[in-house]
Amino acid sequence: MTTDSKGPTLTHRIARTLHQRPWLKVLLLLALPVIWLVGVYGGSLGALLVQSFYALDSFSGAIGDSLTLDSWRQLFTDANVAVMMRTVGMAAAVTVASVIIAFPLAYYMARYAHKRVKALLVLAVLVPLWSSYLVRVYSWKLILAADGIINWFVERLGLGRALQFLLETPFIGGPSLSISLVGQFLVFVYIWLPYMILPIHASLERVPGSLLEASADLGAHPAVTFRKVTWAMAIPGVAAGSIFTFSLTLGDYIIPTIIGDSSPFIGLAIYSYQGVAGNLPLAAAFSFIPIAVMAVYLTAARRFGAFEAL
Amino acid sequence: MRSRKLILLITAFALLATACTSSGGEEGEDLPTEVGEGEGNVVIVSWAGYIERGDTDPAFDWVTQFEADTGCAVENKVAGTSDEMVALMTGSDEYDLVTASGDSSLRLIAGGSVQEVNIDLIESWDTVDPRLQDAEWHTVDGAHYGVPYSSGFNVLGYNTEVFGDTPPDSWSVVFEETTLPDGESNAGRIQAYDGPIYIADAALYLSATQPDLGIEDPYQLNTEQYEAALNLLRQQRELVGRYWHDAFIQIDDFTNEGVAASSTWPFQTNVLQAGGAPIDKVVPVEGATGWADTTMMSSNAPNPNCAYMWMEWSLNPKLQGDLAAWFGTVPAVPAACEGNELLGPDGCANNGSESFDEILFWKTPTDDCNGTAEAGSCVPYHEWVTDYLAVIGGR
Repeated sequence: MTTDSKGPTLTHRIARTLHQRPWLKVLLLLALPVIWLVGVYGGSLGALLVQSFYALDSFSGAIGDSLTLDSWRQLFTDANVAVMMRTVGMAAAVTVASVIIAFPLAYYMARYAHKRVKALLVLAVLVPLWSSYLVRVYSWKLILAADGIINWFVERLGLGRALQFLLETPFIGGPSLSISLVGQFLVFVYIWLPYMILPIHASLERVPGSLLEASADLGAHPAVTFRKVTWAMAIPGVAAGSIFTFSLTLGDYIIPTIIGDSSPFIGLAIYSYQGVAGNLPLAAAFSFIPIAVMAVYLTAARRFGAFEAL
Repeated sequence: MRSRKLILLITAFALLATACTSSGGEEGEDLPTEVGEGEGNVVIVSWAGYIERGDTDPAFDWVTQFEADTGCAVENKVAGTSDEMVALMTGSDEYDLVTASGDSSLRLIAGGSVQEVNIDLIESWDTVDPRLQDAEWHTVDGAHYGVPYSSGFNVLGYNTEVFGDTPPDSWSVVFEETTLPDGESNAGRIQAYDGPIYIADAALYLSATQPDLGIEDPYQLNTEQYEAALNLLRQQRELVGRYWHDAFIQIDDFTNEGVAASSTWPFQTNVLQAGGAPIDKVVPVEGATGWADTTMMSSNAPNPNCAYMWMEWSLNPKLQGDLAAWFGTVPAVPAACEGNELLGPDGCANNGSESFDEILFWKTPTDDCNGTAEAGSCVPYHEWVTDYLAVIGGR
């Protein structure tokens, strides 16, 4: 047995060191994401938390050095609670509607569509994401306007009364579709729907045909097969999609400024407290509301296996 | 009065402190007595579109000539909000000048971020509209903290087809439910501004309709007056379809949503009229609010000579006229209204210059009523923000 006179090369030495010390391997692999998560992400969250305890000088609007719980107390006024309820309610409604619309489409794409049709459908779902979000919201403002195309169409169909009735419904109605909660809801669903379709589609693709056949062979009614096999296996996809639609609606502050009756959402409230009022402590405290809501939501979603479908 | 002295003391102390720490070593509150040679550049914090060098539209250029004349290269840092301006200027020694609006100028003075300007060194000072020369949003106890730059008004815009032969002359059409001349209610067909400073518009209306409240200055409201204004705004919430903050969205709403009346800027009505829309504007009998911007100089300005040169330059009639044309505003120098190609012969009148005396310009509401009362007598601005957000949310 001959020994290499030059000894092991650098690469070899590194490889050997890493092999002998597995913890070093893990550390090197994770260093960058850990620095990012702990430093940048956790650090900014920590800074937010600290900010929320600072006092605001009411004369100059300067952030003082003294610590106080004032911002947290102000957080739970009627008006702010209404903002939270409105936002969470809208996020929930958008999520439910998205599931109802997305599921049949995803089901068709996964089970019945031919290759070419399927490619076309996936493309159709994705194409809106290629154009600017702002442009799409603005165009919806025109579509829903009092003098917009939907109104024109509804009038032609002789359904003006029905629309009027919808708009006169308290709370969700308004002077026109674009100035009502219904209109806002429609635009939210339109904007976030693709994020629901894709994960449901992915989870339905994974349902093997043989399972469905087995269920049928064992005498299960198609409805039972759907409930106990298809739906059961799609739940992680639905949960994953709902994380997207829910959190994206929860954090959006552009749509409520353009569509709807200007009622503030959480994002808008934070933006006003920070940007207009210069009340950084209150804005920081407010930022923890969506974080808390999402923490609860993600815990629930995990129980439905959402993370297996991501 | 005591608190005001305290503030001045603090301000003076802050100025002194910054002067002592800065390496330049200016002497306390002494003003410069002459403008020396330029330092080669000047850094200006401004609103977007305020410092134009022809990049956006070659016809609008008021920087190139200044640079050629003085050798001071102009560097522009754009700020999006008044608070951003305050944040940029606080404790900074990077910037020379800032075009502060009335809702931040007093804060900048109180925080010691801007310094007094020796107006004797501004040759064109006498050409400034006399009504702006000693305006209280940049003058504290006779000391001038800047040079007026530009101003604009919040007028009442309305649809001429809706109002026909009886144009509105009162803000009541946007505050009280009423049947408009076209036979339909104003509910759902009016808009209001979504900034908290709009509470002052409600207070201005109340000062005329409910004199018992004793509102003298809509930016200095005691708790009772403030609550009355909020109640009026809650009543208005029932009538407002959408609140506006983006000029172009409002233009679209006037066109496509059948908005009958709203507070607005001459900018929107000018654009709408140019497009043939049946929209006109009026300054109602109660008067109107407005905003006025001032070029202020940083306490730690690294290039004071170039800064003084710019302040002088900013008052030349050509620049003032071009700026007014660009923004739909009223020049700080009345001479700018004559013979400006971009503004046109009626430009100033179109932008509202003739209503100047009926305008109450934005000031930051402070808890000591802008130095006229004890701390806690008036409702401060950060409460305006919280409460107005609640009003828009229907609370």
